[in-house]
Order: sequence, then structure tokens, then C-alpha cells
Amino acid sequence: MTGSITPITMPKWGLTMTEGMVAKWLVAAGSAIRPGDEIMEIETTKITNVYESPAGGTLRRQVVPEGGTVPVGGLLGVVAGDDVSDAEIDAFIEKFQAEFVPPSDDEDAAASGPAMIEAGGRRLRYLRLGPEDGVPILFVHGFGADLGAWMFNQPALAERHATFALDLPGHGGSSKDVGGGDAAALIAAITDFMSAASIARAHLVGHSLGGALALGLAQADPGRIASLTLIAPAGLGPDINMAFIDGFVRAGKRKEAKDVLELLVADRKAISRAMIDDLLKYKRLDGVVPALQAIAAAAFPGGRQRDQLRDALAAATMPRQVIWGRADRIIPAAHAEGLPAGVAVHVLDNAGHLPHMEKSGEVNRLIADLVSAA
Amino acid sequence: MPSKSIRQAINEALRQEMTRDPRVVVIGEDVAGGQGGTGSLDAYGGVLGVTKGLIGEFGASRVIDTPITESAIMGAAAGAAVTGLRPVAELMFCDFLGVCFDQIYNQAAKFRYMFGGKATTPLVIRTMIGGGRSAAAQHSQVLYQMFTMVPGLKCVVPSNAYDAKGLMIQAIRDDDPVVFFEHKLIYDHKSEVPDEAYTIPFGEANLTREGDDVTIVALSRMVHFANEVADRLAKEISCEVVDPRTTSPLDADTILESVEKTGRLVVVDEANPRCSMAADIAALVADRGFDFLKAPIKQVTAPHTPVPFAPALEKLYLPNPDKIETAVRAVMAD
Repeated sequence: MTGSITPITMPKWGLTMTEGMVAKWLVAAGSAIRPGDEIMEIETTKITNVYESPAGGTLRRQVVPEGGTVPVGGLLGVVAGDDVSDAEIDAFIEKFQAEFVPPSDDEDAAASGPAMIEAGGRRLRYLRLGPEDGVPILFVHGFGADLGAWMFNQPALAERHATFALDLPGHGGSSKDVGGGDAAALIAAITDFMSAASIARAHLVGHSLGGALALGLAQADPGRIASLTLIAPAGLGPDINMAFIDGFVRAGKRKEAKDVLELLVADRKAISRAMIDDLLKYKRLDGVVPALQAIAAAAFPGGRQRDQLRDALAAATMPRQVIWGRADRIIPAAHAEGLPAGVAVHVLDNAGHLPHMEKSGEVNRLIADLVSAA
Repeated sequence: MPSKSIRQAINEALRQEMTRDPRVVVIGEDVAGGQGGTGSLDAYGGVLGVTKGLIGEFGASRVIDTPITESAIMGAAAGAAVTGLRPVAELMFCDFLGVCFDQIYNQAAKFRYMFGGKATTPLVIRTMIGGGRSAAAQHSQVLYQMFTMVPGLKCVVPSNAYDAKGLMIQAIRDDDPVVFFEHKLIYDHKSEVPDEAYTIPFGEANLTREGDDVTIVALSRMVHFANEVADRLAKEISCEVVDPRTTSPLDADTILESVEKTGRLVVVDEANPRCSMAADIAALVADRGFDFLKAPIKQVTAPHTPVPFAPALEKLYLPNPDKIETAVRAVMAD
């Protein structure tokens, strides 16, 4: 009977997470839960987020009390059917705890850390997670972000799918050489990466500016794109919050960084001290500010989005969807209106410009569904 | 991100800037590794290994090993800076300040002013500070306060490897004389440091802990002690730890904003108490933030004596987490 017991374990959100704290249980022991139900809030040094159950059944045990901290992979709770006896649950927990070895920092970094690749004359950083085979999911972040933006999505989707997340030129750990900084240069970098990493075809998931790049790539090279998930993408209307773009390029102090980051989310409290630190550390790297200036100048001349890609979205034939946060203050969710038939549109409540972080469970399900359908 | 020690971080900063800019040169005693000795030139690389490997990579014309003559090192470096190089000069232990201070405070620091803004002096002076190695009174002081008081000098007191690399690159690219104080006891302290070059602006404090009850301002090695106390007391007293990172310019705003929030201040400084950074920061808050205070300011410093050689006495002499905790509890009790 122990086959029907599912452990709920501490997820790994982001490259540097080694442990997390159960900030709050959202369901009581004994409650029936379905996959995707919000079952607890987990706090890390970087971020606090709700954790959605990967399994359905009855939450039979809360192994870790509120305030308890456990390493990544550690047992948090146990889900099982009501037909499983308490003795079997106890035995399961005992066995799990006896066998559990927390990942050491070194083996963790070697096993799941990002790697560098030479592509099109540049060094690009990427993170590969999940199985080797199958058409992979390729995540493309937005302006000023990096592959860490997918911390709630890539590990979850990597349970079933090969996944890659890329740092665009000028971003994260990749070369800060952005060429002309326009969409063509960045799209070329993505195709260079796909070739260098031997990715013949991929399911593209692009956020914001990365959404416009994904769409541009689908237009240029449709044979390489199996499906297209665009999250709050650029390219579907003229509006862009230049207070954010300019503020992001300018921000050098903590307060300035905090102010611009808060524009990204529906709930300002989601912006942690560590996120502010990470932004400042990124901004201080040689070459970052000129790279961002070049990209912003090419993409948003005169405070409007230059590249308009509605026709490309209409012309594309692969399965495609658009996901938006209703409270988006960077690119308005109104850009999701009036899209061509055949494009699934999901506008999520209580989410800003980062629905993949703010509503990660829902976004992960939408991505998984589209990938499976394709 | 790779984890690196402060020693590695500074070495990497020097190497990257020397690669980027041919005007950057290193000069000082034993920076190449003691050419009077036998064996390979870069066998050592500074008395504590910070410049290790540079002579092999950049040669003796850019890694200049000097005789024991601090005044010549500082004079040569100040002159080279004002005539177009960007020297990183090493004053091995800050305690040797006395034999070369004229070149620093009355020459390098004054050039821009004396030449009516027509000259710049892009000079970095690296120097080691700190007690705790039983190195006795003449090799254990901190003395950053004596440089901080001089207009025209910028003073950097890094506490961790990430800051050390970014502040060193900033120092080398700065057009004014910068004195960079490296605490001997934290060279091996590691943190995540990007491989790429980056800069941290001067005059921006870092909050190493956030809290609501007490502000602890600490410098260099003392930041680690303050963090330890903040973590130790976390369940009963919420401490905010401010690491100014540079004593000149000093980020007064961040200190005042923190005290406005907490209403209580403890300043931790390894220097002797008179005319110290502790006294300076306490005066700043008394002057500009008196209305925020709920309790008298406490200073945790060394006593007004030379640093003892005897290990047991030196241990008593230096500020430590217990002394900081006592001060925090005292301001909470008032």
C-alpha cells in the first residue's frame, strides 16, 4: 500500500536555495487536497511563495511545523489516500527520514548549476534541468532579468520535460555584448544558443521582451518551435511603462531598485531584500548598463514599443497561448485583447507583470498543458 | 556563483584591472614575492599572498618590488599617479603610516586642490589592519580613522569578498587617492563573488542584517561580530547591522535612516576610542539624529592603550561579540 503515499518535499527555488522555512500551513492535516492546491507558504532567504501540492489525496501529516526549516528535498508532509493506515504513514516517514541525505553545496552546484556555452562568438550562461530526451522547453526571460526568473517554473516542469533556461546577452552571467541591442541581435543569440546546445526544436516560453523575441523567432524559423507560451509579452501593442524601463536602467541604490521592482508585482511585499541585492549586484557588473541602454533604445524608441508582432502571432501555426497578469503595470493586460483566433488567452487575477512567479502553479499547468497538447 | 576569499577577490580585482588598463601598476615591499630570496619570483606575492602571481603575468615593470622605504613607495606612487599611471601602492601594515604620511596626506591628498583642479591623483594605497594575531603594538592597529580625517583621501574598509572586489575595482578607476584597508584576520572569509568585473560606489552602506530594535554600525572585521550578535539575539532583539563599507565618504543617510527606525545605536570599532570612527558616527547621530534616540548611544571599541602582545590580553583588548551583546542589551534596557 505504500505506493500510494506521496511525500511533499522542500522545493528548490532558484540556484542558491539550500533550505527553506515553512512559514505557514494553508491546509490542516486530514484535509482533502487536489494537485495544485495551495498547501503552504515557504520562505527562503530570497523569496516567500505559496507552494502548491504536486499530489492529490488527503494531507495525512504535517511533518514540519510552522517556523521549521529543512534542507531542499527534506520531508514537509505526507499525502496519501484514506485507505492507508497511520502505521504505514509512520513507517513511510521513518524510512524517508532515515534515508534522506541533504544535498551538499558542492554536489548541488555540480548537479544542477548553470553552465556556460560558446554560441555565435559569445559566452552564454544557461541552466539545463530535467530528462535528456524529448523536445525541450526553452525559457527566455525579459528585460533586465535572467534565468533565475524561472525559479518556480523550470524545476517544476523539469520533472517531466527536458528544460533549458537562457541568460540573454547583456543579462545574468552571459556576455554583456548585445551587438546592436535590437530584437534581431537577441533572436540571433537565441538561435545561436539552440544550435550550440543541439536543440533542434523547442517549446518556447518567453516573458515580456523575451516573449517578443520568442514570437520573432517563431516567425523567422517556425520549424524549430513546437509551441509558444508568451507571458506578458512585448510586441502586442504600443504601451510600455517607461518609468520602469528608465528607472531600472538608472537604479544604483537600494531605494531606487526597490521602487522599480515593486512595479513588477501586484503585491509589493513579494519583493524581498535579496531580490533588491541581486538587482544591484547585476547592475554593477561591467557592461550591464550600456547593454540595457542599447536594448531599451532599440525596443522602446520614444517611449513606445517599436516591434509590433500581432500579425506574426496570427500567422503562426504552432499551438500558442498568451498569459497575462490583470494587474500588470509594465505592459497593460489590455494588449491581450483582440488577439487572433486560435491563440488561447489567460488573464490571471492578482498578478502583475510576473505571473510566472506570482501565480506559478497556474502558469506551470498552462505551460504543461500546451506542451502536452503539442 | 563561485565562492572566493577576500584575498582571492582582491587578487582578482588587481589582475582584471591590470589586464584592462596598462596604466595600472603595483608597487611595494614584497609585492612580487621577495626578490632577495631564492626560488621563483612570485613564490609568495605580498606578506599574506594578496599579490601572488601578478609578477608572473605582468612582469617586473608593472609589479615593482621595492626596498624597505615606505616614503619612497608612497612618493613614487603619488608622482606616478599625477603624471599618468594608476598605481596600487602597498603600505604593508598600516602601522608604518608614520614614516610616509607626508607623501599621503600633504602631497597626494592635496594635489587636486593645490593644482586648482588641473591634476588628478588616481592612486590606491593598500594596507593591512587589525589585531588578533598577537603581532604586538606596532603591527596590529587599524588607524583608518587617521586617514579618514584627511580631506582628499577616500577610505575603504571592506568586510567581505564581494565588497572587496567591487570596491577595489572602484578604487583603481577612481581619480582621487583611495586608501584600502584590508583586515588581516578576514582574508580567508569567503562569499559569492562574480568572475566578471564590477564596481561598488563609495559612500553606500550595506545592511548586512535588517532589524527594528537596535542599529549596530560596524566596520571591517567587526561587521562579522555584529552579524553574529544579531543572529544570536534574533529571537529577542531585532538588530539592524550597517556596514558603511567606506569611512570616507561616509553614508550618513543610511545610518540616520536606520536610527530613525530603531531609535537605538551601538557603534563597533576596533580602533582606540578617542577620535575614532565610533566617536565620529556617535557624534553624527547625536548631531543630526538626536530626536530619534530612545537611549544613549553606546560605543564598543578597544581601550585607550596600545595593542597588547600577550594573546590573553589582546583577546581582552579587542571588541568581541559578547561586548557587543552587552552594549545592545544596555541600550535596550535604557
